[in-house]
Amino acid sequence: MIPYLPATPEDERKILKKLGLHSADDVFEDIPPSIRLQKDLDLEKPKSELEVERILKDLCSQNLDAEKAVIFLGAGSYDHYIPSAVRYVTGRSEFSTSYTPYQPEISQGTLQAIFEYQSMICAITGMDVSNASLYDGASAAVEAARMATDHTRRKQILVSETVHPETRKVLSTFLRYRGIACEVLPMKNGVTDMEMLEGKVSRETAGVILQSPNFFGFFEDIGNAEKITHNKKGLLILSVDPISLGLFKSPGEWGADIAIGEGQSLGNPMSFGGPYLGFLACTKSLMRKMPGRIVGQTRDTEGKRGFVSTLQTREQHIRREKATSNICSNESLNALTASAYLATMGKAGLKEVARQCYDKAHYAASILTASGKYHLLYDHPFFMEFPVVGTPSDEKIQEALLQEAIIGGYAFQKDYPQLGHGILYCVTEKRTKQEIHHLQRILEGIE
Amino acid sequence: MKEYNKLILECSRPGRKAYRLPESDVPEFPLPEGLLREKEPELPEVSEVDVVRHYTNLSRKNYSVDIGMYPLGSCTMKYNPRINEEAARMSGFSNIHPLQPAETVQGALELMAKMEKMLCEITGMSAFTLQPAAGAQGEITGLMMIRAYHRHRGDEKRRHIIIPDSAHGTNPASASMAGMEVVEVKSDREGGMDLDALREVLNDEVAGLMLTNPNTLGLFDKNIVKIADMVHKAGGLLYYDGANANAIMGITRPGDMGFDIVHLNLHKTFSTPHGGGGPGSGPVGVADFLKEFLPSPVVARSGKGYYLEENRPMSIGKVKSWYGNFGVVVRAYCYILSMGAEGLKAASRMAVLNANYMKEMLKDYFELPYDRTCMHEFVLGGLKNNPYGITAKQIAKRLMDYGLHPPTTYFPLIVHEALMLEPTETESVESMEEYVQALIRIAQEAVKDPDVVKTAPHTTIVKQLDEVGAARNPVLKW
Amino acid sequence: MKVLDGLYYSKDHEWVKSEGSRALVGITDHAQLGLGDVVYVELPEEGDEFQAGDPIGVVESVKAASDVYTPIAGKVIGVNRELIDHPERINQDPYGSWLIELETADADMEGSLLSPEEYKTWCLEEDE
Repeated sequence: MIPYLPATPEDERKILKKLGLHSADDVFEDIPPSIRLQKDLDLEKPKSELEVERILKDLCSQNLDAEKAVIFLGAGSYDHYIPSAVRYVTGRSEFSTSYTPYQPEISQGTLQAIFEYQSMICAITGMDVSNASLYDGASAAVEAARMATDHTRRKQILVSETVHPETRKVLSTFLRYRGIACEVLPMKNGVTDMEMLEGKVSRETAGVILQSPNFFGFFEDIGNAEKITHNKKGLLILSVDPISLGLFKSPGEWGADIAIGEGQSLGNPMSFGGPYLGFLACTKSLMRKMPGRIVGQTRDTEGKRGFVSTLQTREQHIRREKATSNICSNESLNALTASAYLATMGKAGLKEVARQCYDKAHYAASILTASGKYHLLYDHPFFMEFPVVGTPSDEKIQEALLQEAIIGGYAFQKDYPQLGHGILYCVTEKRTKQEIHHLQRILEGIE
Repeated sequence: MKEYNKLILECSRPGRKAYRLPESDVPEFPLPEGLLREKEPELPEVSEVDVVRHYTNLSRKNYSVDIGMYPLGSCTMKYNPRINEEAARMSGFSNIHPLQPAETVQGALELMAKMEKMLCEITGMSAFTLQPAAGAQGEITGLMMIRAYHRHRGDEKRRHIIIPDSAHGTNPASASMAGMEVVEVKSDREGGMDLDALREVLNDEVAGLMLTNPNTLGLFDKNIVKIADMVHKAGGLLYYDGANANAIMGITRPGDMGFDIVHLNLHKTFSTPHGGGGPGSGPVGVADFLKEFLPSPVVARSGKGYYLEENRPMSIGKVKSWYGNFGVVVRAYCYILSMGAEGLKAASRMAVLNANYMKEMLKDYFELPYDRTCMHEFVLGGLKNNPYGITAKQIAKRLMDYGLHPPTTYFPLIVHEALMLEPTETESVESMEEYVQALIRIAQEAVKDPDVVKTAPHTTIVKQLDEVGAARNPVLKW
Repeated sequence: MKVLDGLYYSKDHEWVKSEGSRALVGITDHAQLGLGDVVYVELPEEGDEFQAGDPIGVVESVKAASDVYTPIAGKVIGVNRELIDHPERINQDPYGSWLIELETADADMEGSLLSPEEYKTWCLEEDE
């Protein structure tokens, strides 16, 4: 008997009696015989927990994870320190096994946690309002693009080549089907070509999407981009690394209209690409154009503070084909995790993590390029990732590192063929001086 | 126990810390001028005790499946097995990076490949993608593939998607997002699709039809094979919204019904937790002739092992970064291993029996718009004996005073004062009877003591909340 | 449910007050009762031009967001911005809370729109 199905044969008999049926199969009388399965599904027999564990452990043993290897790979997914208190919060089943808070009186836990998440996203991005989460940074870019076209009533989006390739691929897919033109701004020396941007932004441009730090880890010239974009009354959409906001200028301080990004680094594991967390925050004037759920503070009939899902009429369950987006399930638990992470790290912690990432990455960059065998692709201010080129091929480097249980950086030629071979290294606060020197020794030793 | 009423910011005191990092073992490097934050972010400064107490106290304000029955229609709030959680947390699954070389993640790729195969078998489709992050994203993926298919045939005229009036809001919203026009068809008196109404809208502008079967009324549309035939003859494709798949596992399959594209909700049918609103996962399966259009990359296999194939010229592109909500897929994979073929079939059978059982117990007190065998869920249309006009909303609020979570209210839109209930197979006879008893008592209160129902809830930690105020003057952050 | 004399009505529950070459448009008492407490109004811009039957804005309550259609063609020359800060006025005084003012060449209002009596009948028919 399967432990998740409580009904005993006696329970089933009781039910059948109440229904006036002879056999359980009678409830399927509406299904035409021509489409009834005549034999069992071709799946394996049910398994006990011990058997399931064996299978999973075997699969895991074929994966080289960040506990068994030292990882210098970033490019959109990051190995950051996750405090044990954060894991505890994510594990509370009152949060994980509850539903979307449509009945606010018995969902105050989730609603308040999301309200706090929204508040903290606004705090770090410097924006006025945030929503309750989207699927990932890429879908946040799609939604921001849609907000810009709706608000300005224009039909063109410009996106820099230095925005993450995954984000651009997803943007391109969605915007194509919505009939919105999406043009890629070429990069120059590792950052967006500002002259090209000035040339391209027009009264047809709904929004400009930039990422800073960009895919290569370089800081973009947002000040300039903001002037150019707003000059033609387009919206500036800035994709940011939330950890970098512990130290660096926020989208709000830059004058961006919409701040978006990938929130995985806020306490969520790398998990082979998902579930992740798209955050989206904007200025007050764009509030009603935000997609997805939003939690608002209010009072109950006795004057007590409480929280509710608000501005719901924009959402799919009411607006249907005119909804701002079709999003229903979002990444609520990942937002809760981000909320717990920001609460645990706090003002000082986020700054310290950002500082350590910055310092360790710069230390690694100086060490790796010290001998001259390798050099930085461009000399430009960066946060915690930097592109390195040298004579050995990308494959040789990757292989040599794996032999030493090191997962090397990302060979970016695949996405930027014009740059030729080279590797994007990422150094987070988890990496030690010893690990950095080990990396350097291996790299020096490759022919 | 005392009530907890603080925001985490309100617990903050300057200098408190809840974290500790090792001291940096590298020198400090100069920071670039002009790029630094001017203003510090307004984040809390609390101790670890504060964090743990805060979130523990918050969690206790939530109702959840782990606390009690949660019969929300079309949500399939079944029990979330603990082993699934342990599986997802294994370092070999949670600590791997999506860009690692294929040879270092063979276990992950194998899990994805095996999962796709299992889902094909369960649904009768030929190929699957695990990329969409939720049902709604699955829908838009499927619709984009329908458009791509017609464009590939040189047919740019087909922009209409037919959707029944009982459909979930994501269906028309997804159609709009895919750049298509919604054509609504009404349901007939039996609750199925009105075939005459369907015939009227089938023409050469129809790209496809979106349907869930059983539908949102919990009824199996007996005409499904005919509907599939009609749509195919008109040149359209059929899309299956898998939100209600819990009724049919091992019994019938959308592929056999005639559907060309299917999405499943792993966070419904396949027991992964709802997380307070997500993360979910909405894998999409297709018939053989559509598999070239699936989003890229796909999991493939060569002599050297599994790898991710990017080179697919006819693919619609990418709908989500990376490969899908892998952590959620691991949980669902674990579930299917645990259940096997006979377990899934037993689950569906029990889900349907349970729903019918509750329906039979309630039909003397509530309006039953469709008095026939239901599938895994059923819809009630308000109280039978209702001299004081008690609404579905009021019944829902009063149920909370009984310590129970209300069913779905006011959906589907075609039933007046709708209450939609889906017990799922993981509820026992006792738990269902307790729920029914509470509803019957409320039905009696509606006549004998209507005020107590009208002004409910009375015993929850917050009473009715001012939603109008929240919408008129939104306060969305501290 | 109030229906005022001296106004024209549409089947979508908008009212029109004709003032020569100008007209005011709003939503009826029936509409505001159906919506419940109005929380927000989305209005077009001055200078926007519409055909009869075009959607010109949205009236939002907690449970619904209703499109507002202009029953007549014209160019927007005025927008009642007070309603953005005080959307509740639509509930309190639907016929006094105009949404937009149009400059219109649409002379044949009697032909295309409903009289107060015809509108009353229409509401009864719809509710059946």
